Amino acid sequence: MDAFLGQVFTGLSVGSVLILIALGLTFTFGQMGVINMAHGEFIMAGAYTAYMLQDLMGGGVSLLVALPVAFFIAGAMGLLLELVLIRRLYGRPLDTLLVTWGVSLMLQQLARDIFGAPNVQVRAPGWLGGSLHVAGASFSISRIFIMGLVVVCVVGIWLFLTKLPQGARMRAVMQNRQLASCSGLKTHSIDRLTFFIGSGLAGIAGVALTLLGSTGPTLGTNYIVDAFLVVVVGGLGQLKGAVIAAIGLGLLNSFVEYGTSASLAKVVVFVAIVGFLQVRPQGLFVLKSRGLA
Amino acid sequence: MGGGLTPWKRRAIFLAVGFVFIVVAPAALSTFRLALLGKYLCFAIIAVGIDLAWGYGGMLTIGQGLFFGLGGYSMGMFLKLQEAGPGNLPDFMTWSGVEALPAMWKPFSNPVVALTGAVLIPMTVAAALGALIFRRRVRGAYFAILTQALTLAFAILLVGQQGITGGTNGLTNVTTFMGYDLNDPINQRSLYVLIVLCLGAVYLLARQVVESRYGRVLMAVRDREDRVRFLGYNPTTIKIIAFSISAGMAGLAGALFVPVVGIISPALVGIVPSIEMVIWVALGGRGTLIGAVVGALLVNYAKTTLSEAYPSGWLYFQGLLFVVVMAFAPKGVAGLWKMYNERFRRPKSAASEPVGHGAEALDVPV
Repeated sequence: MDAFLGQVFTGLSVGSVLILIALGLTFTFGQMGVINMAHGEFIMAGAYTAYMLQDLMGGGVSLLVALPVAFFIAGAMGLLLELVLIRRLYGRPLDTLLVTWGVSLMLQQLARDIFGAPNVQVRAPGWLGGSLHVAGASFSISRIFIMGLVVVCVVGIWLFLTKLPQGARMRAVMQNRQLASCSGLKTHSIDRLTFFIGSGLAGIAGVALTLLGSTGPTLGTNYIVDAFLVVVVGGLGQLKGAVIAAIGLGLLNSFVEYGTSASLAKVVVFVAIVGFLQVRPQGLFVLKSRGLA
Repeated sequence: MGGGLTPWKRRAIFLAVGFVFIVVAPAALSTFRLALLGKYLCFAIIAVGIDLAWGYGGMLTIGQGLFFGLGGYSMGMFLKLQEAGPGNLPDFMTWSGVEALPAMWKPFSNPVVALTGAVLIPMTVAAALGALIFRRRVRGAYFAILTQALTLAFAILLVGQQGITGGTNGLTNVTTFMGYDLNDPINQRSLYVLIVLCLGAVYLLARQVVESRYGRVLMAVRDREDRVRFLGYNPTTIKIIAFSISAGMAGLAGALFVPVVGIISPALVGIVPSIEMVIWVALGGRGTLIGAVVGALLVNYAKTTLSEAYPSGWLYFQGLLFVVVMAFAPKGVAGLWKMYNERFRRPKSAASEPVGHGAEALDVPV
């Protein structure tokens, strides 16, 4: 029982980080048809932000300060990427994949040149150390903190999308760009906002990841493929879909790893996803449109 | 490229290039350089395959490393078994404490199984994957993401199954090929010629494919899959065939790569090399076969030269290559060459032009 709970807990915490990463991807993909491979490097930027703030401020509160700062730094990087490059590539998703992969290579090398190739460690502040013991299983406080953080972010995004006019505009562009444009929305500035928020969330995910392991130039690469799978399973531009798919993948991965081995788990998860696509080829949730399927 | 050339001129150029590679290059280059060139030519075989799938079929596959690896490991397993001799285990297995030959290895002691397997296994995997994905009309970026994920899973699996695959190191120290010593320059030269011939054959096959009726339909699927379906064709089958051929080419390249370089390892088959393979084709010019070959040779030559001199600079350069080519010259060198020809040399050239991109990949209203 405690082993079972432990696996559920690990799966949930991995899944919750995946949610943060996948949200940005699913929005940029769903709204603009952009496959952003450099998204992983925004995660890395967030993680290094936490590392630098720790050096500047010492432990304790630096992690909390790092969250908003990382959001803005990663968001600004995303915005810059959108303004300089991605704007030219709308409607060419496969090309954006390759262009942003190039950007990702350069950012990784930049991180290597600035911070050095070896991984760096962010020390978790004291109040996040230790673990909670419930029903014979132990839950580390830092993982609980990450889950709480993700819940806050997801609720925040949900409120933004449903309650604020900017969020409504974002949904409008996502659902039907031409109609939104005809209705007088400045779709390009909405695109930029989407990009900023999506990239910012990756930055927050990066800060959260420093609690789970060390930070290195290839930190983002380890998560980006899984995050894209979440997008595929969850459906384009779907908040609900991303949340369910990320948790599902996290749990599945954690249980298969427990039953077999980490190296086999990836293959099993992949097979499961291809199987899932046989039933729902467009993911869990689909925007209804009259376009050709 | 040959848009305005007569078939006879094209054949003459093909033979002349073949002559340069088979006769002139071995005479002019040192053994070391010749082996490098052999490696590049293996990569060119992969590039032709990617071009078929992506340039002509619109399927961006980031999984060629997987197929390259399947071919390479098939060949590597066979060569390691031959080296060890009947009844003995390959060296790395003894190091990691494996006592009996794993069942997976047994068929690969047979040269026919290993050599045909190097091509047929990737083709089968690609056909199976393609059938599952294309049948449900999952395409475009989804397809790219899925091939990428499978490649990652494959690389992780290779690293994890130390006893069977040699783990991170892979299969190393391949020194003989069908009983010939690979350190002997004569044998290296013969191997090189074999690679040139394979590339030539692959090129001609691809040429036949794209110029056939099938090739026309494949390009139509790339440009507007729905319309092709409405005309009564089945895009699923058409795409599976192209994807499978392209995987077979990558497998062949892997099988040739192992004796030339002497090693096959997870680092050669993961996501990073798989995406690199795509940029070869992009730089050369997708949708033109010669562009794929030229791109593979150019990028790899640049990689060898630059990464020796500036290891850190190469990565920036490579990143920049992706950005500049895809964002500003999506048709690559072949596209620039064509533009130059049209503008300055033959203003009335009327060669048909492949459509590079469009709203093919997403069904989202853009």
